[in-house]
Amino acid sequence: MAMAPETGTAPGSSAREPAGAWVRAAGPRWDTAVGVLLVAVFVVGLAGTDGFASGGNLAFAFNDIAEVALIALPMTLLVVAGQVDLSVASMLGLGSALTGALWNAGWAFEMIVPVVLLTGIAGGLLNGWLVTRVGLPSLAVTIGTLALYRGLASVVLGSDAVTGFPHTYASWAVDTTTIPGTFVTYPIALFLVLAVVTGVVLHSTAFGRSLFAIGAQEEAAYFAGIRVKRFKLILFVVTGLFAAFAGIVFTLRYGSARADNGLGFEMLVIASVLLGGIDFDGGRGTLFGAVAGVLLIGVLRNLLTLNDVANEVQVIVTGLLLVGSVLTPRVVAAAVERRHRRTAGAGTVPPESEASSPSSAS
Amino acid sequence: MMLRTAARRRAAATAAAACTLAVALTACSGTTKDSAAKDNSNAGGAATAKADPDAPLKKGLKLAFLPKQVNNPYEKIVDEAGIAAAEEYGGTGKEVGPSDASASSQVSYINTLIQQRQDAILIAANDPNAVCGPLRQAMAKGIKVVAYDSDTAKDCRQLFINQASSEQIGRGLVRNLGKQLDHRGKIAILSATQNATNQNTWISFMKEELKLPEYRDMKLVKVAYGDDDDQKSFQQTQGLLQAYPDLKGIISPTTVGIAAAARYLSDSSYKGKVVLNGLGTPNQMRTYVKDGTVAQFSLWNPEELGYLGSYAAAALASGQITGAEGERFTAGRLGEYTVGKDGEVILGEPTVFDKNNIDTFDF
Repeated sequence: MAMAPETGTAPGSSAREPAGAWVRAAGPRWDTAVGVLLVAVFVVGLAGTDGFASGGNLAFAFNDIAEVALIALPMTLLVVAGQVDLSVASMLGLGSALTGALWNAGWAFEMIVPVVLLTGIAGGLLNGWLVTRVGLPSLAVTIGTLALYRGLASVVLGSDAVTGFPHTYASWAVDTTTIPGTFVTYPIALFLVLAVVTGVVLHSTAFGRSLFAIGAQEEAAYFAGIRVKRFKLILFVVTGLFAAFAGIVFTLRYGSARADNGLGFEMLVIASVLLGGIDFDGGRGTLFGAVAGVLLIGVLRNLLTLNDVANEVQVIVTGLLLVGSVLTPRVVAAAVERRHRRTAGAGTVPPESEASSPSSAS
Repeated sequence: MMLRTAARRRAAATAAAACTLAVALTACSGTTKDSAAKDNSNAGGAATAKADPDAPLKKGLKLAFLPKQVNNPYEKIVDEAGIAAAEEYGGTGKEVGPSDASASSQVSYINTLIQQRQDAILIAANDPNAVCGPLRQAMAKGIKVVAYDSDTAKDCRQLFINQASSEQIGRGLVRNLGKQLDHRGKIAILSATQNATNQNTWISFMKEELKLPEYRDMKLVKVAYGDDDDQKSFQQTQGLLQAYPDLKGIISPTTVGIAAAARYLSDSSYKGKVVLNGLGTPNQMRTYVKDGTVAQFSLWNPEELGYLGSYAAAALASGQITGAEGERFTAGRLGEYTVGKDGEVILGEPTVFDKNNIDTFDF
C-alpha cells in the first residue's frame, strides 16, 4: 500500500532550493506543517480506527472529495493572485443540471460533455469580465454569480433528479473502479496528474511567478509589465471550466443529476485551500500546501465519520482547523518579526515579511 | 474582452470545430438515454437466498438508521422507536446521518456503515439513485438494506417499509372529508408541488374515490399547488376561498400545506364553516384542533414505522425473510406482516388525530 502518495507526487516536496518560491513563499512553512499533519492523521487512522485501512475505504475517502480537489487546483491559483471565486459550487450544480436536462432530451453523452464545458468557460468569462473590465472585486462578483448560476441550474432542471447515465462512463467515476492494484480511483488519478501540471505552472513558469506578483502587489505587477487583467481573466475561465467538469464527475459519481448538487461546496474548496496555507490576501502559498489541505480535510472527514462523530462536531472541527490555519502563520510571522526587530536594528528585515500582509505587520 | 482579434478568431474556430466534431460523434455512435437503458439493464440484481421462516431473531444485531437528515423531529421519532425496538430483541441500534438533506451527503455515511460491518442499514433516501451504488456494495457484503419513509431505487434495498399504501391515503382522506361534509358540496385540494410523485398518486386515488356514487353531490373544483412553501400555501388557500365562495372543504395532503391553510382559516370568517382535512403532524396542528378550526387530520404513526422497520431488518438479518413477495414475519407487538410486491411492507391505515387523542402524540 502506498502510504501518503500525495507527498511523493506533489511538486512542493521537491528540494529544489533554486526554484525558491516553492519553499520560501510559505513563510513559516505552514504547508510542510499541513503535510506532516496529514501524514500524522493518516497514521493515527491506520493504527486506531477499524475499517480505515481497507482499500475500499481509502478509495472511497479520497474519491469522496474528488470534485472539491479538482476545483481546488485553479482556486489555488486564483487565491495566490489575490482573487476568489465563490460561484464554483453553483457552476458545478449548473453543469450537473445541464447534463441531466440534455440527457433527458435525448442528447448523446459525448455531446453533452463539450456543451457543459463550454458553459463553464462562459461562466468563467462572465466572472472574469466583471472583475477585470467592470472592475468589481471578485468576492462581490462571485457572490452574485453564485446565486445566478444556482438559479439557472434550477431553471434548467427544476427539482427533478435525472438518472440512468451510461455505465460505460459512470463506472469511471465511482469509487469501486480503481487503477488495478491500488486504491487510487480515476477521478483522483486525474486530480494527481492535474496537480503536478498546476504545480509546475504555478512554481516553475513566468505565468506562475506573475500570479504571485499580482497577489502581492497588483499595481507593482502591472508596472512591471505583467498583463494583470488578462491573467486574471484566464484564471476565472479555467476555474469555471474545472467547476463545470467537476459537475460532470459529480453527476456520474452519484448517478444523479440535480440542480442542488454540490450545494455549499465552495466553502469546502476555499477551506481546503486556506488550510493548505495559501494566504487569502494573495501572493503566498504553495500548491503542495493546497493539495495537502484538500487531502487532510478528506481523510479527517472519513476518520471522524468512521468514529461516529456527529456531523455538527465535524463542521466545528473543520471550522477550527480553518481558523487555526489562517491565524497560526500570521501569529508566527508576527512573533518572528518582533524578535528580529528586537535583536537587530534597521535594515535586517527577513525576506518573509516583505510579502506579509499589512495586518500581520501592524 | 482581453483577447485580440486574431486570438478571438482562433478561439471561435476552435469552438466551432469542437462542436462539429461532437455533432458528428453523436450522429455516428453516441451514447444516448435510449441506448444506455439497454446497457444498464443487465447491471445489478440482488442474489436470492433461501428464507427460513422458523429461524429465531439473532441476538446482538447491529442496526444503523440513516435518516434524510439528523435533527429532523419527525425522523428522530421514527429512528428512536426503531432503536428501542432493537433493544427488545437483544440488538443495538444507532442513528447517524448528515445535517443537511442534500442528495449526496448520505453516501459517506453508507460507506462508513459498511466499514463498521453493521448487520443492517435502514435508510430514508434523499435521492433514490444517488445512494444506490454504495447500498449495492453494502448488500454485496451481506449487509441488509431496508428503506423506510422514502424509498430508494428498487434494486438497491431488500425491503421498503411504506407508511401506508397510496390508495389507503388517497381514498381515506376523501372518505373522512365526505363524512364531515355529509357527502355534499364543493371541495378543493391544496397540494405541494405540481410534480411531486407521492402527492400526485394520492390525488389520483382521491379522484377515483370521488367517482363512487355516494359522492355524487361532492365536487372537486380545483387542485391548487402551494409548493410546500408556507407563504405560498397560505396565499393559495386565500385564493381558493375567494374564487369559490361556496367552497365547503379542503384536503391538503401535505404537512406544510395543511398548517398554512389552518392558519389562514383560523383568523378568517371561514373558520368553522370550511372543513379542512389532510396530512399533518400533531404538534403543528394542535392549536388549530383545540381552537376548533380543524376537527381531524391524519398521518401514519412514526413510532410504529420505526418499530416495524427495525423488526423487518432483524428478520432479514436473521434469515427469516429475504425480501421476496409473500414472505411473512412477526414485528413484535404490531403482529404479523407480509412482504408485498417489490419488497414493499405496508405499515397500515393512517392514524386519525382529533381533539380526543392529539395530546397523546408529540411529534
